[in-house]
Amino acid sequence: MGAIFRRELKAYFSSPLGYIFLGVIYAISGFYFWYILANQANYIQYVFSNMFTIVLMVVPLLTMRLMSEDKKLKTDQLLLTAPVNITSVVLGKYFAALVVYIIGVSSTIIFQIVLATFATPDWNVFLGNYLAIVLIGAALISIGILISSLTENQIIAAIGTLAISLFIWLLDSIASALPAGFEWISSIFSSLSFMTRYNDFVSGILNVSHILFFVSFAAVFLFLTIRALEKKRWS
Amino acid sequence: MIEISNLTKRYGQKLAVDDVSFHVDRGEILGFLGPNGAGKSTTMNILTGYLSATSGECKINGIDILEDPIRAKRSIGYLPEQPPLYLDMTVKEYLGFIYDLKKAKQPKSAHIKEICEVVKITNVYNRLIKNLSKGYRQRVGLAQALIGNPEVLILDEPTVGLDPKQIIEIRSLIKKLGKKHTIILSSHILSEIQAVCDKVVVINQGKLVADDTTANLSHNMSNDHRYTVLIDGPENEVYRSLCGITGMKDVNLLGKREEGVYEYSVEAEEGVDIRREIFKRLAERNWPMLGLRSSEMTLEDIFLQLTKDSGGIK
Repeated sequence: MGAIFRRELKAYFSSPLGYIFLGVIYAISGFYFWYILANQANYIQYVFSNMFTIVLMVVPLLTMRLMSEDKKLKTDQLLLTAPVNITSVVLGKYFAALVVYIIGVSSTIIFQIVLATFATPDWNVFLGNYLAIVLIGAALISIGILISSLTENQIIAAIGTLAISLFIWLLDSIASALPAGFEWISSIFSSLSFMTRYNDFVSGILNVSHILFFVSFAAVFLFLTIRALEKKRWS
Repeated sequence: MIEISNLTKRYGQKLAVDDVSFHVDRGEILGFLGPNGAGKSTTMNILTGYLSATSGECKINGIDILEDPIRAKRSIGYLPEQPPLYLDMTVKEYLGFIYDLKKAKQPKSAHIKEICEVVKITNVYNRLIKNLSKGYRQRVGLAQALIGNPEVLILDEPTVGLDPKQIIEIRSLIKKLGKKHTIILSSHILSEIQAVCDKVVVINQGKLVADDTTANLSHNMSNDHRYTVLIDGPENEVYRSLCGITGMKDVNLLGKREEGVYEYSVEAEEGVDIRREIFKRLAERNWPMLGLRSSEMTLEDIFLQLTKDSGGIK
């Protein structure tokens, strides 16, 4: 797992991909931070509540090549015939993407430090928010890695992941827009909602069941990725 | 060392490998011969644990690849048909990654250096794989298979796409490696197998056609009674004259090669040498013979002959 993790992490920065990802995140989150400063508000949550939408858009960039590139270059033959199991291949790649993601969202730590020099921000709220954005990323990356393992085309992987991300974004709106008689679908949708949970974190509520939701969401999708790779050997 | 028994692989309706069994002993170089699409790569992919068999089993060193894949894979070095290279890495980074991936035990830099010298890639050590030529990429692929010094090497068409000089180099390299490793080498070129291997397994349309030593196979495949002749003379008369030779089994006009010059393929009966007789006849009529060579046996001929001689599949 270590070897694959290190290779993937390096691969992000030996191509423009990692830099583009970080650049986009830094630029947009920086804009929202500038907005806080311009309004002289001590309210980091404003950055976080907008970050949700940003990460939905940019995580597909991060995950699109994870599995599909190996399929295309046939390097999957190398990984799957090496004396390692599929789980460590998938986890190695997953954590590499997660680390790049965390480097991206950690810009908020600097924002918070800047705020702390001018005011006395609530660090507990910040930590809750930071945890939330990391958890959202962990769940989204697990979706991305699954989609990427289903195709050998990076563009399809990116668009597929983006489509699912948008669906997740719209879950609450869809749930409330459904006509009468579809309450059961509405209740399923709202119980899967990322946004409600995220907003809880942003408003300073640390709910353990929310943490468990994101962690198990990621675990399920990683499991499905492993099964998808395994299945290919048997078909 | 390698034991394959009753291996079958089905892709939906298509039977890619059909009940194939053979074994390779320690220190042998086995040639795996078959036309494109015969099931060579599928068999090799199963053997290395990349694909799973529909039924049957593969054992490396007594370890079943399905039951204990990690231990079995540890003793395999695999070079697939398309070398599995990360183009955005340098040779150095790539081999270092493979070393870590395989959790090799040898001292790292010395081991990698040694392999680079064996496959002669020391001069491109710090270059990006993206910028290497096909021949060098193939060698980096081979280097990758050698890392960790596995007992078994599985090489899928290692000389495809190389120029003649590189082919000769790679062949002699494989021969050299054969002294320390057990090797399975696939190819669709008969002469390549003959040059390198001790044993040969022939496969066609997923079925095993022959499993023999190379010497035996070449002997059975002896081809001394078929020739291609180039003759300067009127086609009909030459044809009739050739047909009149005793011991002649078959004459075919292959076509016109130059003005008044025709090419024929002739086949004599088993054990009859007709070369002198052809010359005499042509000399009598003053038709110059411009060329005489024994016909190359194609893979198709081999399959025909193998299936014919054994009355089906062995």
